[in-house]
Amino acid sequence: MLKITNLKVELEEESKEILKGINLEIESGSVHAIMGPNGSGKSTLSYVLSGKKGYKVTNGEVELAGEPILELEPEERAASGLFLAFQYPVEIPGVGNMTFLRTAMNSQRKFRGEAELSAADFLKLVREKAKELKIDAEMLKRPVNVGFSGGEKKRNEILQMALLEPKMCVLDETDSGLDVDAMKLVADGVNALRDKGRSFLVITHYQRLLDHIKPDFVHIMADGRIIKSGGPELALQVENNGYSDLLAEVQ
Amino acid sequence: MSLSQKLSDDLNQRILPLTLPKNNNKKRCEALKRIKAMGLPSRRDEYWKYTNPRLFNDLFSNKNHVLGSDDKLNFDSIGCFKLIFNDGVFDQSSSDSLEGEELELTQISDFSGDTAKWLEAFYGSLEEAGQHPINRPLAKLNTAFATDGLAIRVTGEITKPINIVYNETSNRSDVNLHHCIKLEAGSSLTLIESGSVSTRLNKVTELEVAQDSSFHHVCAQTNNLDKIVSTHLFARLWENSVLKSFTLTTNGALTRNEHVVELKGNNGVSHLAAACIGEGRFHHDDTVFVTHEGTDCESRQVFKKVLKKGAFGIFQGKILVKPGAQKTDGYQISQSLLLDDDSQFLAKPELEIYADDVVCSHGSTSGAIDEEGLFYLRARGVPEDTAKDLLILAFLAEALAEIEDTNISELLLTYLERSL
Ligand SMILES: Nc1ncnc2c1ncn2[C@@H]1O[C@H](COP(=O)(O)OP(=O)(O)OP(=O)(O)O)[C@@H](O)[C@H]1O
Ligand SMILES: [Mg+2]
Repeated sequence: MLKITNLKVELEEESKEILKGINLEIESGSVHAIMGPNGSGKSTLSYVLSGKKGYKVTNGEVELAGEPILELEPEERAASGLFLAFQYPVEIPGVGNMTFLRTAMNSQRKFRGEAELSAADFLKLVREKAKELKIDAEMLKRPVNVGFSGGEKKRNEILQMALLEPKMCVLDETDSGLDVDAMKLVADGVNALRDKGRSFLVITHYQRLLDHIKPDFVHIMADGRIIKSGGPELALQVENNGYSDLLAEVQ
Repeated sequence: MSLSQKLSDDLNQRILPLTLPKNNNKKRCEALKRIKAMGLPSRRDEYWKYTNPRLFNDLFSNKNHVLGSDDKLNFDSIGCFKLIFNDGVFDQSSSDSLEGEELELTQISDFSGDTAKWLEAFYGSLEEAGQHPINRPLAKLNTAFATDGLAIRVTGEITKPINIVYNETSNRSDVNLHHCIKLEAGSSLTLIESGSVSTRLNKVTELEVAQDSSFHHVCAQTNNLDKIVSTHLFARLWENSVLKSFTLTTNGALTRNEHVVELKGNNGVSHLAAACIGEGRFHHDDTVFVTHEGTDCESRQVFKKVLKKGAFGIFQGKILVKPGAQKTDGYQISQSLLLDDDSQFLAKPELEIYADDVVCSHGSTSGAIDEEGLFYLRARGVPEDTAKDLLILAFLAEALAEIEDTNISELLLTYLERSL
């Protein structure tokens, strides 16, 4: 589904290398987790995947379902099935959440040559998905993320994911800021979307989320590289011992 | 040649092709005398520093202008009484009848001592009051030479909005239009003005809102590129009265909208708001002066400008709180969204407060499209242009929210969505 080959990325403004040769292949239907110390480049990877400005790819290739995506605009990547749940969802004053969701859905459908959703069908769909995530109707009426609590913002990300039904979902610390119940809700939301045609890349600091969303593979990222890959047991090892053993191992 | 000689020559040249109408003649003669003493606006004037008045001062040139009447913004779906103007002249036969409504309607040009007695004292009086402490020569010029306009005296609640529709059929029109509106105690009216009046327009509206009355005003200046527009709203508000005025401007070469509001009674409410979008040779100036005299009054000014391709925006806004105007609640915000580096916005907010128990705040910002917001929208599949439009409309939303009737604000929003 997603194939990253020797990806090297610098900041555009200063020539500082953040990603130093990432290799990662995510099969269709699988869940991969990335853990790693603060500042190791996890969010940078997610931004580069989704096409944010400000980064320069100096080497490597990224393919989504066999197609190279690094030349595509962010909206084209999204319409091709890539979704990033932001570590810090952006507040957009003045744009209603409903307008935002409808515009996003219909833009993607249009891009793929599908018919736009009618207002009634859209409303029905949103209400249904919002209910599953315990997002109340009031929140949908407010401007995008404005005045949302940290946890509400994260749930709003998952709502968007549920509506857009992407093929490749990148979740950047979606668990941070969530209380125990909300974490369960979000995990249920993710699990409900697990499907053989859909893959996940879950960035997290905590084993706890991975209790709910069982990963097939766990990767440890440090200083712009994936230094170790393994099964779910790797996450437990991090939880118990931190990163120092792993870092020492590489050195 | 001395400066004063030059100014007086400019004025004489400017008024040479104009004739002083017969109606309201006494007021007009006074106005003529005053404008001769004051002269045309010049860049030396404090409030004309950022806007060159040349296009208002010059003899009207009718070359190469394009008519501006084919935009699709109409308010028919709101259900209004329509009053039609063609090239700045009232067309009574095409207009809806207001029979049965609690109001008197006359034309300024029809005025003679017998009809609309109130108008004799009213005409020019609020405009004159608005000349202190700052001269507003274009308004004075208008009072002297205005050829047409409506005089509306409202005595009760008008059941539907009145929509003044301006049609433009001639591309050589230079119009001085003057409306007088008086709301008697306990009355209410919603007035919508739409359409493009003329190639060059000088419009003055004098408005008095008596005790317990409310006046809602929406003015849609949807122009095309050539328009030269000066408008003045002189409003006087008495106890418990409400004024809400919103102006939308799209394009035009030069627009200067002045709002001069006096809150005379206690508990008055004055909300002024405007949204404009313009590009290229677009110069848009909002000049506002709100005077608080009564106690417990609330005034709000929300002015938003979207500027692109070298467009220029000005906001000059003054709140004057006179001694004794206690418990004044004043809020002012002026903001611009600059879509490129060539566009410019200048804001000059002023507060002058002589009462001690007041809350007044003002703020002004100028910024580009929020890149984080733009990326967020695009990352959800919204194409860049659509995402920008959404952010532009979001920027204007606070001004549109000042319109009381949400049917009207939604209609304007739909229009803006279409025209972006
Ligand atoms: N735009 C930028 N300007 C300057 N430095 C940047 C920028 N973007 C990323 N960096 C730097 O790149 C490194 C990686 O940052 P990134 O946000 O990807 O880390 P992370 O692994 O997501 O960390 P965390 O776990 O704290 O979220 C950090 O040292 C960060 O300071
Ligand atoms: Mg991060």
